[in-house]
Amino acid sequence: MEVRRDVFQAIADPTRRAILAMVAVKAMTPGAIALEFDSSRQTISKHIQVLSECDLLRKEVIGREIVYHLEGQKLKEIADFIEPFRGMWDKRFDKLESLMKSLQQNKQA
Amino acid sequence: MQSQTKVVAPDDRQEIIINRDFELPVELLFKAYEQASILEQWMGTKVLKLENKRHGGWEFETTDPLGNKHIFHGTIHEFVKGNRFVRTFEMENTDFPAQLEFFEFQSVTPQTSRLEMRMIFRSIEDRDRMLQLPFAKGINMAHNTLETIMLNNI
Repeated sequence: MEVRRDVFQAIADPTRRAILAMVAVKAMTPGAIALEFDSSRQTISKHIQVLSECDLLRKEVIGREIVYHLEGQKLKEIADFIEPFRGMWDKRFDKLESLMKSLQQNKQA
Repeated sequence: MQSQTKVVAPDDRQEIIINRDFELPVELLFKAYEQASILEQWMGTKVLKLENKRHGGWEFETTDPLGNKHIFHGTIHEFVKGNRFVRTFEMENTDFPAQLEFFEFQSVTPQTSRLEMRMIFRSIEDRDRMLQLPFAKGINMAHNTLETIMLNNI
């Protein structure tokens, strides 16, 4: 539960969301990510750290370079998190719809 | 039925927006919310009070699979028949703060309609806490159990 809440805090920040959107397109080095922002490299590096700690970014070492990939599984978990709630309403609304349809038909009969 | 319920929980706003299209005239969709005896059937809850008017109150009681009773209640702030209502929503005996809920009913064609529910929470944290699985799952289980009981008794 605690970890999950951290993930939500991680993606609540607009800079971190922008980083996720960028690495979703292609894996990037921390330097290349920092170039896209006006903030200092140190600030961006802090954001990358938060995202990595929440398993939203995966680090890969290629030779002397480090690149970051998007960890899709984690984002999927976030989407799954809404699913039980959505499913509950979907079932209720299905029931509402069929109930009202049968009332409507009874009236017409 | 291909119509599906859409739920959006924007990560930077303390709200949840639920949308659903129905193959029902808007009057019938609204009636499902307005009439206690109908609401009880599809919500799987007991309606203790439902005063559909400005400054009216509402109170529902749901029994979970273990037989525990849960009370939900609030105040109705605005009620425009066939069109919309605004209410507060609170769960008794929990530390969840009250929510503000907007229900808007729209006619799409004479035979179809759309419902938008907008729930506003005290904070993003409270919203996420509510969305976190056990609550939604628990209510869903209660709902399914009641459904089974009702079907078995017919």
